[in-house]
Amino acid sequence: MSEFLELSFAGIALGSRYALVALGFVIIFRATGVINFAHGGLMLLGAYFAYALIATGMPFALAVVLAMLGTAAFGATVERVALRPLVGRPVYAAIMVTVGLLFIMEQLATTIWGHNALTLGDPWGLDTVTAGDVVMPVKDLWTIGLAALALAAFFVLLRYTRIGVAMRATAADPEAALAQGISAGRITAVSWAIAAALATVAGVTFAAGPNALSPGLSTVALIAFPAMILGGMDSPGGAVVGGLIIGLVQSLTAGYQEDVLPWAGENVHHVMPFVVMILILLVRPYGLFGTREVRRI
Amino acid sequence: MRDLRSLLRGRRDGPAAGLHRSHRDAVRLWGTPWARFGLVLLVAGWALVPQFVTDDFWLSVLNYAGIAAVAALGLNLLTGYTGQISLGHAVFLGVGAYAAAQIGEGGDIPIVVWLPAAALIGGLVGAIIGPFALRLRGNYLVIVTLGLVFIAEHVFRNLKDITGGNTGTPVSASPSIGSFDVTDLSFAGQSYSREQGWFWLIWAIVALTALMTKNIVRTRPGRAIQAIRDRDLAAEVVGIEIGRHKIWVFAISSAFAAAAGALYGSYQEYVSPDEWNLFLSIQYIAIIIVGGVGTVFGTILGALFIGALPSVIEEYSDSIPGVAAKAGDSGISVYSLNQAIFGVLIVAFLLLEPRGLAAIWLRVKTYFRTWPFRY
Repeated sequence: MSEFLELSFAGIALGSRYALVALGFVIIFRATGVINFAHGGLMLLGAYFAYALIATGMPFALAVVLAMLGTAAFGATVERVALRPLVGRPVYAAIMVTVGLLFIMEQLATTIWGHNALTLGDPWGLDTVTAGDVVMPVKDLWTIGLAALALAAFFVLLRYTRIGVAMRATAADPEAALAQGISAGRITAVSWAIAAALATVAGVTFAAGPNALSPGLSTVALIAFPAMILGGMDSPGGAVVGGLIIGLVQSLTAGYQEDVLPWAGENVHHVMPFVVMILILLVRPYGLFGTREVRRI
Repeated sequence: MRDLRSLLRGRRDGPAAGLHRSHRDAVRLWGTPWARFGLVLLVAGWALVPQFVTDDFWLSVLNYAGIAAVAALGLNLLTGYTGQISLGHAVFLGVGAYAAAQIGEGGDIPIVVWLPAAALIGGLVGAIIGPFALRLRGNYLVIVTLGLVFIAEHVFRNLKDITGGNTGTPVSASPSIGSFDVTDLSFAGQSYSREQGWFWLIWAIVALTALMTKNIVRTRPGRAIQAIRDRDLAAEVVGIEIGRHKIWVFAISSAFAAAAGALYGSYQEYVSPDEWNLFLSIQYIAIIIVGGVGTVFGTILGALFIGALPSVIEEYSDSIPGVAAKAGDSGISVYSLNQAIFGVLIVAFLLLEPRGLAAIWLRVKTYFRTWPFRY
């Protein structure tokens, strides 16, 4: 039982990181209709920005906040330079541009900071707390707390602020929103900035503790894709639920695969999210909470 | 041809585009004397290049570019003509390579058997996977094929009997029919090297696939897929069954990729599961974007350009400033530089020249054809 609880806890901690990444995908998809493959690159750069600031001796929390702001500015700039000119062109062109951007950002980080794993110097390290006979790493508790905070902040922004209402209006009907005087360009820029800031939090929590920071981090964002599909591509709440489910599935598969699925091969938990994604596309292509716009042909 | 004409600075008719008096005239492949002259030049080039370029390194660069062209022509059918993005093209190269390794084991089976068989298997796998994504409207294929890359890598690593697991498998399928082997050619007292023989074989297959692509896109189903690309709703309204058409294109595109994978395996005689990754798929996307989406000629141009680039950078890494030629040197590594350049090329071409190298070539051609008039 305690093994199950520990695996579930690890799954929720992993899932809350996926939720942050998936929410970033959803925010950009809602604003522009583009699936943003460069998100992993933003996450990587955000984590490296934080690392660079911490390396100067800055307190951890301040460094993360500054890195969020820096990555947000970077994300908005990338959108302005590389994606704004594609407005009005076929969506597939914009998707391809984000794929190209992912490769540029990955190599930018690799060239500046190298291939070696770097420790972020986070305050949690390898500490654990024990409740009953369940051992929980402190960094996972913090991850869940930070993710919950970031998600709550985003949903408050979306629900109660002027820009949040404008974002929802644009997602619901871009042309009607435009007719009301909402600047589509500004919404897109803000969406990219918010997504990049969330990606930074995700990147830092992924790289915290023993995991350390290396360029391979950006592939993690690709594993958050299934979370977005599972929740529904245009549903922020769905992204969170999808992220948690994917995290749990991955953690439990890793824990129990040898007993339950011995024939599936080593490390099958790495691809389980994609298996879940393909299954959900078969039965509910619009995801758990997405708009039922998707239609079979 | 519709595409080629609309490329001419948006003009559809007039002397620049050539005057077509009938449909038959419009879809003709080699319609003008100049085009027929170009065909003669291409064939002469095919026959003569290995006579003058005898260096094994440069021949191997051209051979890999040719293999890339075969696969990219398949992706171009899917992306360029049907408007569907796939990130899983590399998977089908893998399927083809393993199929060739299994069927052609021992090297006694002639190439006319194992190559089509590998293509057929790739096509079947495509036809099985396609419906998962292609029956949905929108860009679902890109997401499903992303998952496919990871799932297939897992399968390739664990299906040890066929793929050899992590270490890979030798491919003994040989490019021969009976005693006729392209790796050991001799003609009129002159014997040719392995690389020269492969060049003739690979580029003949490129020509064959290019012709197949051309023929597919000027048939009725070929026009149907272009209608789907241009506006799927309108295509449905005029009676095109979108789902069915997208699935057969995906199957054919996969078959081309599998044929390229079979050639690739047989050419380098060994394949490992590390090769069929996301980056390889991105390379094919870069090829069709740089070359020119929706043109056969551009795809081959792009394959030559993108296919040769990594080798050329590798070869001259000593003399490019800021590049670390050896591990441990400061500066950007060759591998990183390649990935970054592909990224930059994709972004730059989509932003600045979305019709690719083919559009540049057509502008030059139009300039001379209409000279001294500039319209």
